[in-house]
Amino acid sequence: MEILFILVPLAVILAAVAIAAFVMTVKSGQYDDLDGAAHRILMDDDDPMIPKYKGKSLQDKK
Amino acid sequence: MSASPHQECFHCGLPVPDDLDLKVEILDEQRPMCCMGCQAVAQAIVENNLEDYYRHRTEKAQVGEALVPDALRDLELYDNENLQQSFVHVQGGEIREASLILEGIVCAACVWLSERHVNTLPGVQSFYVNYSTHRAQVTWDNSQIHLSAILQAINEIGYHAHPFDPSRQEALQKKERNRALRRIGIAGVGTMQVMMMAVAMYLGEYQDMDDSIRKLLRWASLVVTIPVITYSGQAFFQSAWRDLRQGRLGMDVPVSLAIGTAFIASAWATWTNTGHVYYDSVTMFTFFLLIGRTLEMTARHKAGQVAEELVKLMPATAHRKTATGIEPVPVAELVVGDHLVVKPGEVVPADGVVIEGSSSINEALLTGESLPRKKQPGDTVIGGTINMESPLTIEVDKIGQDSVLAGISRLLERAHAEKPRVAELANRVAGWFVTALLLVAVVVYAYWYFRAPEDAFWITLSVLVITCPCALSLATPVALTAATGMLTRHGVLTTRGHALETLAKATDIIFDKTGTLTYGQLKLVEVARLADRDEPWLRGLAAGLEGYSEHPIATALKEGVEPMVLEVIESETGRGVLGRYDGNYYRLGSLDFIREWHPEFAPEQTVGTWIYLASQEAVLGGFHFSDEPREEAAEVIRQLEAQGITVHLLSGDNEAAVAAVASRLGISRHRARQLPDDKLDYVRRLQAEGKIVAMVGDGVNDAPVLAGAQVSIAMGTGAQLAQASADMVLLSDHLDVLPFSVTIARKALSIIRQNIVWAIGYNVIALPLAAAGYILPWMAAIGMSGSSLFVVLNALRLKDKR
Repeated sequence: MEILFILVPLAVILAAVAIAAFVMTVKSGQYDDLDGAAHRILMDDDDPMIPKYKGKSLQDKK
Repeated sequence: MSASPHQECFHCGLPVPDDLDLKVEILDEQRPMCCMGCQAVAQAIVENNLEDYYRHRTEKAQVGEALVPDALRDLELYDNENLQQSFVHVQGGEIREASLILEGIVCAACVWLSERHVNTLPGVQSFYVNYSTHRAQVTWDNSQIHLSAILQAINEIGYHAHPFDPSRQEALQKKERNRALRRIGIAGVGTMQVMMMAVAMYLGEYQDMDDSIRKLLRWASLVVTIPVITYSGQAFFQSAWRDLRQGRLGMDVPVSLAIGTAFIASAWATWTNTGHVYYDSVTMFTFFLLIGRTLEMTARHKAGQVAEELVKLMPATAHRKTATGIEPVPVAELVVGDHLVVKPGEVVPADGVVIEGSSSINEALLTGESLPRKKQPGDTVIGGTINMESPLTIEVDKIGQDSVLAGISRLLERAHAEKPRVAELANRVAGWFVTALLLVAVVVYAYWYFRAPEDAFWITLSVLVITCPCALSLATPVALTAATGMLTRHGVLTTRGHALETLAKATDIIFDKTGTLTYGQLKLVEVARLADRDEPWLRGLAAGLEGYSEHPIATALKEGVEPMVLEVIESETGRGVLGRYDGNYYRLGSLDFIREWHPEFAPEQTVGTWIYLASQEAVLGGFHFSDEPREEAAEVIRQLEAQGITVHLLSGDNEAAVAAVASRLGISRHRARQLPDDKLDYVRRLQAEGKIVAMVGDGVNDAPVLAGAQVSIAMGTGAQLAQASADMVLLSDHLDVLPFSVTIARKALSIIRQNIVWAIGYNVIALPLAAAGYILPWMAAIGMSGSSLFVVLNALRLKDKR
């Protein structure tokens, strides 16, 4: 059971790391806009990889 | 979308007039445009290689407005250093930062479009749009680009941006939110760790744990709990301290006492290696309470953000008339006596008196009344209202803090301060509870001090811990949190914690009429055929005549009809329109306006709002408009009465209209011609009879009454001020969630009662046992956690329903 003398303090240190990481994410504003990121990822920067749609556009295909 | 005579504008989706041929090539095709504005916007989007916007978007854009040189000159005012001081943050050198409110954002593609476009401007360092709040943050290099150029670029692609000062409220809210998040995070991680070690220690009680290991686990728990107490727990300690200094015993006092004593006892036990530790209870309790408080805070902020938009009601610039001409000036520099020109479509920048011109003004913001008021020289106009028809010259008579808008805000604050506090009842109970508890603890300590001094401390401690009002102080918040979350998913925003409790006890509910029980918009309810023309023809012609008007009557006329294409010759403010169709002249307008052609014309029905259509030969038809009750209103009122709530109707409208609506909806108690003061009196009288009053309203005029009622509910489409003062907001704008809210609120209340009975019952049984020294410390710890857990689980039952 002596291993606990290393593991328990380790758990405490990991908890400290987790808290530090969380505080950093709060500070960098990652929780300011919870909806935007979900939409943003769908339409960013990858335009050159989308083949240009020829003919009728998506808007007209209702 | 075929090539039918009535095409839709590709940009905004409005019908394209027949005689117009504007096209823009988008996504390899020629697309029709409805106006120059949309064309310019679409052109700008295509030229900037942003046409993917049209591929991604899920909603049609707003109508584009052609930028006139005047508007550009107005934007340049934002470069004025004095004006910039109020909203620009200089980051050193020429780098500046500002927050903007963006108008016209309807879907995620809009965010993409505006970010892409603005970020390509030379000199713009970053431009980020927050999708949830529609606010943008821009940083730019003032030596390369001016703010006006950025605003203009945003205008080019069809959005409107107003700079605003975030320091007033938003920065504070953000700080508060981030602090709450950090507190929850620390409490959450701490709880997980401590719980893990607590399980080991509980098992150790049965399985002969090695003393050194127990000591290790205790010290590790102590280390993890310290930040939870000192940082996360601060929230309770601070407000408890505030309560104590004001000589009150609020709910936070027992909470702090519980957390505080349990922690100190545990720390003492750890230090001396005796007794028992309660770290798990301490952290879990802190964590649960914080979650409830943060949810409540978020809802309050959301409502507050809407209110912050009141700021943009007042424009930042105005047009001052001087001896040499008209010059744009910042509103902050206006003085009493200035002459201002207010163009149609503009917001009146300050309170004043009309000295030239006549127009109609939309005062919906202040009165909730949908029909614009006619204004002539001598009439007063109020800052924040919108000029609808033609230019006005006004003389400024009140600015800043003296203005009507500022006055309403002050009235609101006062009404809030005087708000009846039913919620305080729970606090008072908690106060008594704490006092009793402390007395018992003192007596127990005194007794044991004389009998067995070495046991006195531990027995007193277990009395304090076991009777710690954790379960009692969790009882209400957890049930409210569960119910609030439930209601939010159904479109009811609860902004204040006590609202649900009060709603559950409400005996009377008061409705405002316009905009609450009714749609708040005129609808065409009847077409009278006075000559041999059929209804579609009459409606088509009338819609065509009103084609360019934004007046509520015109909007109602145009709904669902294909307007005929004709030539509008003349339109007279507040009277009617003259037009030519197929070679004949037609008039559409008020009775007076029609009588100029047909002096002998006397309509059969005159009740309500009527306008008439006439040719030069005869009166052809009449249109009856009225503000219809909401479809669900009658059913909602029936359900509310079935729930045992008395329904009242108070309205500023005339007797006939109020009586008509009341009888249609089956409301027996109704009053007409009620000013805000009368309404407030009515509420106070009911309250004096011991009734608990809920008020549902939508206008700014309702705001003081909303604040005066025990629980207030505002409509989601109502004035922002009303929402800001309300305890609950119906986001969905449907009344049918009201009976549902009452049901949920009552359920929540019954769960709260069960929880309180449980918590007090547990204390009553445990207290004598602990005082007699029969309870071992580990039993106290399990009992305390167990009773808290029971309360939480009981509250979660709310979620399963329906």
